Formats: sequence, C-alpha cells, structure tokens
Amino acid sequence: MTQQTPVISCKNVWKLFGHDPKTYLATMPAGRGYEEIRSDGYIAGVKDVSIEVHRGEMLVIMGLSGSGKSTLVRCFSRLHDITGGTITVEGQDVMSLSEKELIELRRSKMGMVFQSFGLLPHRTVLENVAFPLEMRGQDRHQRRERAMEVIKLVGLEGREDYFPRELSGGQQQRVGIARSLAIEPDIWFLDEPFGALDPLIRREMQDEFLRLQGMLSKTIVFITHDFDEALRLADRIAIMKDGAVQQCDTPDQIVLHPATEYVRKFTEDIDKSRVVHASVLAKPDIVGTGEPVDAAMTVHKLAQLLVQDTREAIPVTREGKLIGAFRRTDALEILVGSN
Amino acid sequence: MVAVTTDAGTERTFTRPRTALLLVGAAILLMILQYSGLLPAVLHRLPEAWIPPFAAWLDAAFTFVKDDLGLLAFTRFLTGGLEWVLDVTANLFFGQRRWPFLGPIPWTAVAAVAAVVGYYLGGWRMALLGGGVFVWTALIGQWKIAMQTASVLVVAAPLAFIIGLTLGIAAWKYAWVDRVIKPVLSVLQTLPFFTYLLPAVIFFKVGPTAGAVATTIYAIPPMVLMTTLGLQKVPEEVVEAGHMSGCSRWQLLRHVYLPSARTEILVGVNQVIMLSLAMVVLTAFIGMPGLGAKLLAMMGSFKLGRSFEIGVTIVLIAVMLDRMSKAWAIKQPEHFERGTPWWKRHILLLVGLAAFVFFCILGQFVEVATDIGRKQNFSKGSEIDDLMKGFLALDWVNAITSSIRYFLNVKVLIPFRNFLLSIPTPALILFVSAFALWLGGRRQALLAALFFSLVALSGWWDRSVITLYSVISAVALAMLFGLPLGIIAARSEKWSTRVLLACDTAQTFPSFIYLIPAIMLFGITDVAVIFSILIFAMVPLTRYTIEGLRTVPLEILEAADMSGATRMQKLWKVQLPLALPTMAVGFNQAIMFAFFMVIIAAFIGTQDLGQELQRTLAGTDMGKNFVLGICVSLMALTFDLTILKWANDQKRALGLGE
Repeated sequence: MTQQTPVISCKNVWKLFGHDPKTYLATMPAGRGYEEIRSDGYIAGVKDVSIEVHRGEMLVIMGLSGSGKSTLVRCFSRLHDITGGTITVEGQDVMSLSEKELIELRRSKMGMVFQSFGLLPHRTVLENVAFPLEMRGQDRHQRRERAMEVIKLVGLEGREDYFPRELSGGQQQRVGIARSLAIEPDIWFLDEPFGALDPLIRREMQDEFLRLQGMLSKTIVFITHDFDEALRLADRIAIMKDGAVQQCDTPDQIVLHPATEYVRKFTEDIDKSRVVHASVLAKPDIVGTGEPVDAAMTVHKLAQLLVQDTREAIPVTREGKLIGAFRRTDALEILVGSN
Repeated sequence: MVAVTTDAGTERTFTRPRTALLLVGAAILLMILQYSGLLPAVLHRLPEAWIPPFAAWLDAAFTFVKDDLGLLAFTRFLTGGLEWVLDVTANLFFGQRRWPFLGPIPWTAVAAVAAVVGYYLGGWRMALLGGGVFVWTALIGQWKIAMQTASVLVVAAPLAFIIGLTLGIAAWKYAWVDRVIKPVLSVLQTLPFFTYLLPAVIFFKVGPTAGAVATTIYAIPPMVLMTTLGLQKVPEEVVEAGHMSGCSRWQLLRHVYLPSARTEILVGVNQVIMLSLAMVVLTAFIGMPGLGAKLLAMMGSFKLGRSFEIGVTIVLIAVMLDRMSKAWAIKQPEHFERGTPWWKRHILLLVGLAAFVFFCILGQFVEVATDIGRKQNFSKGSEIDDLMKGFLALDWVNAITSSIRYFLNVKVLIPFRNFLLSIPTPALILFVSAFALWLGGRRQALLAALFFSLVALSGWWDRSVITLYSVISAVALAMLFGLPLGIIAARSEKWSTRVLLACDTAQTFPSFIYLIPAIMLFGITDVAVIFSILIFAMVPLTRYTIEGLRTVPLEILEAADMSGATRMQKLWKVQLPLALPTMAVGFNQAIMFAFFMVIIAAFIGTQDLGQELQRTLAGTDMGKNFVLGICVSLMALTFDLTILKWANDQKRALGLGE
C-alpha cells in the first residue's frame, strides 16, 4: 500500500434518483437526512460521500442491500452520472469526459466484475473474454492470444469453446473475472462478485481472488454485503448505510474502534482476535522484552504464546525492524472477547 | 345523445356500478318508448341528412396525398423495385419467364433442403415434417400454386422483419416514437384486412406487389412489439458489462442488445411468418394467384374435395413453418471440441448444399423430379368430394345439420339480430358505455360512447350492428362449448397438454381454413358464418381457460382441499375466481378473432360491413373502404380497451402481477 496521489478520489458526491434531482439538490437545505429526502420524493443512492482509493490498495465497500454501495461504484465508472460533487479517476474529472474519452478510459484502464456475471449468452468463453479487446479493435489473432492467457490465469483452460450456460456458477464468474482482466486494467471494480455463489464455492473463489491479487496488485474497489468477506480481503473497509459512508478504515480499527452504533453492531459477532494484528496493538513508547513477534500476526495466531507467556509487554517487528511492543493483557482481552 | 351528456354530469356523485345501472335504465326507457311507438324517429336512427360525408372527405384527402403530394408516384417507384424482386423469386420458385431464367427449382431439391434444415433445427422428426410437407404438396399436384404463394411470402416476411425490427429499436430507444407507434399498432391490429388490401392495390398495382405490401404491413405490428419487449428485458448487468468493455453505442446495440434479445426477436419472427402466411392466403381477394386463390375458387364452386386438399396443404405448411421457427427461437448454441475440422462443424450446411445440387442436376434429366404433371399427381379431389357429399346427404347426417341450422336460424340468430336492430341507436350506445363503465372505468366508458357515436355518424349503423350481432352470437356460442372444454381439460395434466397443443396448432392455421368445415356442414348460409367464427373464437377461449386454471398456485389449492372443499366448491370458489383475469384475456382475443373472421366470412355472403368492404375492393372507393374499416376497428377497440383494463385491474387486485 503506497500513499501517493489517489487513483480515485471523490468529494461530496451525491447521486439522487427522482424526477429532477439536479434542481432538487441545488435547492435542498443542508443536512437533510435520508428519510427527509425520501419524503420529498427522491432516493439518495449516494449521499455526500468523500472517499479516496490509493494505488495498489484494495478498498472494500460493505453495506446491506440498498445501502448505495453498488450505486457508488457505478458512479466511479460513470455507469451512473452523479448529481453533485466531483469524482476524479487518474486525475481526470469523469463527469467532464466526452463519450469518446469515457469509452477510451474504460477500454484502457477499467475492468469490472458483476454479481450475476453479465456474460453474453451467445458467445463462447473465449469470445466473452475477448469481447473488450474486440471492442477496441484489436485483431483476431492478438485478442485470441491475450484471451487465452487470462483464461489460463483463472484456471478455465480447456473450456474456452464452451457457452456460458454450459458452465457452473463459479466457472461463469471466472469468465467474468477473466473478461475484466483482458485489457490489463489499472483499476478493478468487483460488484459483489461472489454474492451469487454458494458458500463453499465462495470461499474457494476468495482464495483464488487473493492469489490473483497477489500476482497482479491492482487498485481494487470490491463490493460486498458480507462483513466476513470484507475483513478477509480488505486493506480498508468503507461501511455504508442509506447512501452515506459510516466509517472508512482498516479492518483492525473498525473492529477495535467502531465509529457509530451501526458499525458496532456489525462487529459484535466478529471474532476480533482473527482480525486484529500485532502491528495495531504495538505502541512505540512501550518497551518489550524477549523474543519479538511479527507485525502481520493476528492475535488469534498468537493465542498459544499469549496464554503461556508471562511477559508484561511483547515486542513487535515488521520486516526485521522493531516497531514497538504491546501489553500482553490488551491482546488477551481481545482474545477472550471482553474489551 | 342528450341522455349521455346529462348522465356524464351526474357521474361524480355516483359509484361506478350505480352509474352503469343508470345508463342501462336510460337505455331501457328509450327502448320502451321505441316499442310503444312514442320515440321520435330522430332518436331511433340518425337521419341520413345528418350524416357527414366522411367517405367524400377521406377521398378528397386521399386524392390530395396521392396525386398532389405525389405519394402515388413515389409508391409506384417503389413498386418497380419490389416487382423486380418478386419476379426473381417467381422465376426461381415456379419458373416464371423472368430474369434470371434459372427456375423453377425442382421440388425434390426444395424438399431435401427443407429436410436438412428441419434436421438442424429439431432432429429427425422435424426433418420428416420439413421434407414431408413439400413432398405432399408436390405429389398432391399443388406445387405450382404453393410456390406462387411462397414466392410472395419469402419477400414479404423478411421485409416485415426488417421494418418491424427497425421500428421496434426506434420505439425502444426514443420514448416519443413509442408514444406515436403504440396507438397506430393497436388500430392496425384491429383493422379488417380488406382495409389493407385496397390501398395496397391502389398504390402498388394489382397482383403480387400489392399482395406483398399488404402482407408486409399486416405482419409488422407483432415484430415491433416483440423487439421492444426483448430489448427491454436485456439484464442491466449485461448492458453494464458492455459499457465497461468500452462499447460504443453502435457496438452496444449490435453486440450486446440484439444478441441478448435473440429469443424474443425470434418469437417475433415466428409471428411475422405466421401472419404473413395467413395474409398471403387472403390476398386471393385481390386476385393474387396461389393457394388462397385456388381455395377461394374451389369453395366458391362448392368442390369440397379439392378445398379439403388445399386446406390440408395450407395447414401443413403453417404447422411446418411454426414448428421450425419456434425450434429456431429456442435453439441454443452447442460448442464443438477443440480441433474439430471445418467440414465437421458445418456438416449439415455441406449436406444441404450437396442435396440441393444433386437434385437440381437430377431434375435436368428426370422430368418427374422437377415437375409433377397434371395426370401424374395423387390428388383424390373428386373422390373425396363424392365421399363427403355422400356423407352429408345421408339421411341422419342431413337431419342433424338441417335441424341445427333450422333451430339456430329461426329460434336464435334471426330473433337476436332483429332484436339488436330494433334497439334505438342512442340506447345501444348507452348499453355499450354502461358495459365499459362497469368493467373498465370512466375513461373506457367515454371512449366507448365516442367510438360507437362515430360508428353511428359513419352512416353504416345497421351493417355495423349486424357485424356486432355475428360477433356476439358466435362468441357466446363459442363460450358455451369452449369454457366447459377448457374446465374439463384442466382437470388432468395429460389432457391439459393435449388440448393446449391442439389449440396452439389450431391457432397457427390461416383463418381462411376455418371456412372449409363450416361450408361443408352448413353450406352457404348464415349458420356457416357463425360456425366458422365459432370454431375460430373457441381456440383462445379454451386455451386461456386451461392456462388460467392451471396456473392457480398449488398452495392455494392445497389450502382449499384442507378446508374441506368439494371438487365443485374448489372450482367455483377458488379456481375460477383466480383464473378469471386470464380467461378474460382469452375472451378478449376471442372477440378480436371474431371481428377478424366475420369480415372474411363476407365471402359466404353476409349483410354486414364485411360485405360492403369486399365490394369496395372491386373499385377504387378508398374513402368508403376506410370508413367501413374504421367502423370495425372502433367496435373492436372498444372491447379490447375495456376487457384488457378489467383483466389488468383484476390481476393487480389479486396480486397476480402486472
């Protein structure tokens, strides 16, 4: 995770659905809530959201259905036109792009995976994957070669002449993923990609996805309604409700310090020890003694050590360098779930 | 007319059923006055002098558009191109002496290709159907007339497809096109076909060109509707995937929307083909040679055997076209294993080509493979004719048919017709408005009053009432048979599928066919008219009754069973109420079919609008033709609007969706 200029940055973004949203937004008194806007006859899909996505980062947007998470990501790619605010992608204001420039941006920089796959039923796996390449006018030979590459990458080799309906749900989503990667996008949007799959397959696809991300390190916006999935994948999580972002932070921080009551409710049933890392607990001003532990270890993984050890404070290192130490009692509290 | 306006004024203070009752009351009052001789003649029928000369006005307008605006020159210019295409197909199909002087294609070649296409679409059974139909047509000695029909069909259907697809895309893309097109389409769908024919003749010359144009126009509406429907149904995510793949607008339409709407578009194609076939047969009325013309001639001279044979051919062709196009619509692509050689992937194409070439060459040497001569065919026309006429002349058969004829004519139909004719014009308008108000609502009632007043103003009131009488009595009789049949069939899964299949098949027959059994049984009489409408209208009634009853959710039926309902109680209290909205759709279709059929039945000899319409075909009386056509259309639309409104209201109220 490098902190340079953000890849996607949005400031005070509004997306209202209704009869004449632009005029309404302009005349709307500040601080109007979701329900009040609704009683005025408008639905706030996205409500005053400011958020940044950094290069190489995986931002997970989490929320229940109707919370506006899918709407927000469609604003990023301008599948929806926003009502107010600004969104810049790679330094370009997406709302000021002409149709041609927008198509160019999508053809060169963006890939998207959809919940119900969005595959073209009349095309084979190969033709589906090669579709974005075909759209930008690459010749048949080149696009075939590249499509085969990504098909191999997602493990569908040998199925390239199948039609989507001949594949299982998990396989269809692999096609969706391969298609979104065909143009080698810098930015990768995934809209609940595993939402339509059954739990076992979902787990498998998450592993697969982490493997891909390990190889490709793209900038990712990942949408889910599953908090566990969010915790498992995210560098940062943005939790949305009624179109607004409730909290945007690392999984550790969200679990340890939920910003609102709504967020706290999500974290309630979560086994925090599996989320919180040693690095987050470590404070530079505490001096630890003895053998250090690695920053990337979760409290859960340290469980045995924590219980058997007798030290007051345990030092933490990241890539061999000491970054501080944490109190053993703090970690134990997280482990037994009474904080 | 006075009564209507006062009622409209008091409407706000009354509920719908009470207002409807009030209208009925007013109408009955008018009738009592009429029968006691107190009603002024002005209120019974509109005096001739008050009738505006619509026909003359329309004629003037037509003449203006036709000559002054130069439409005729334009359409005659189009006619040139169309004629050229039709000449080519005529040459290929039945060897007319025109460029490219290649035809006729031997019937063996056509049958072979049809079999291969059938195999590709639906395996051996479809291959047998495809090949068999053409073999039958050739062997029975109807090859040439069938090909005359086909040569127009293969031009009109693709034309209707292209125009319908384009309009459908436009209506889907631009809301204003949709708003303009929708009412035009619903009028087009209720307009009697004779009204298509005359302008086609005037603007596009008598013969195949006019036939092709009338057929094309007739077949366009369902294509537009299915295209729009299909495009609207493309999943949002597929469209978004297209956007994210960087599609331009054209690419999105070409590569995403149209292929994804494939099934609906192909269902549209199916309907285009079936309507084209139905219409192309009917173009016999403007002298288009082919199966229709032959059938018309044979029925006219009461040659039952030949009529029957031609009827079978038309039905076979209809069934074949329907099955094949439906199979095409549901056909899904299959993948080939990697490394399958080219010839293996396209094996059927190669086989088809080879068979075609083989039979074309064979045809050069073996006469019979190209053309089956007059004496060589297997037609048993006169034998069947004798058989049928012998059967009908049997004492007991004759006794049955003539007693049915007598009973219906003397006891039912004629009294009913005289009764309808005796009702004063304003009273009938009131009745219809009350009906529309009760079922539909205020809007429907006002439209009903407006539409029927226009019919009264057209000056063809009596003939319109006779048309209405045929429709009502035939549909009532059709209900008498169709509803019980549907209810009984719906009781078992097996019979439901069987009867539904029979209905589906019957619905693909060109309407002309229904005249054959009617004429066979009842000769050229009023009862034959009613009978042909009856069987035609029974099909949708039975079909939708079964569909409505079968789609009642299983849980509701189980709940009824557990409440201890008997079979009858379950039927009356649970199934029928829930099936009623669907059945209403069938009822509506039955009425539309009846309006359609009653016009065709003019051929048998009626005294209604159809008869007048048919007469206009001989001349160039476009104004009158349109006035008559619009009268039929207005009456049909009144029922259409009202019943569909009711069905939709009920479906919503019962939570059955849409």
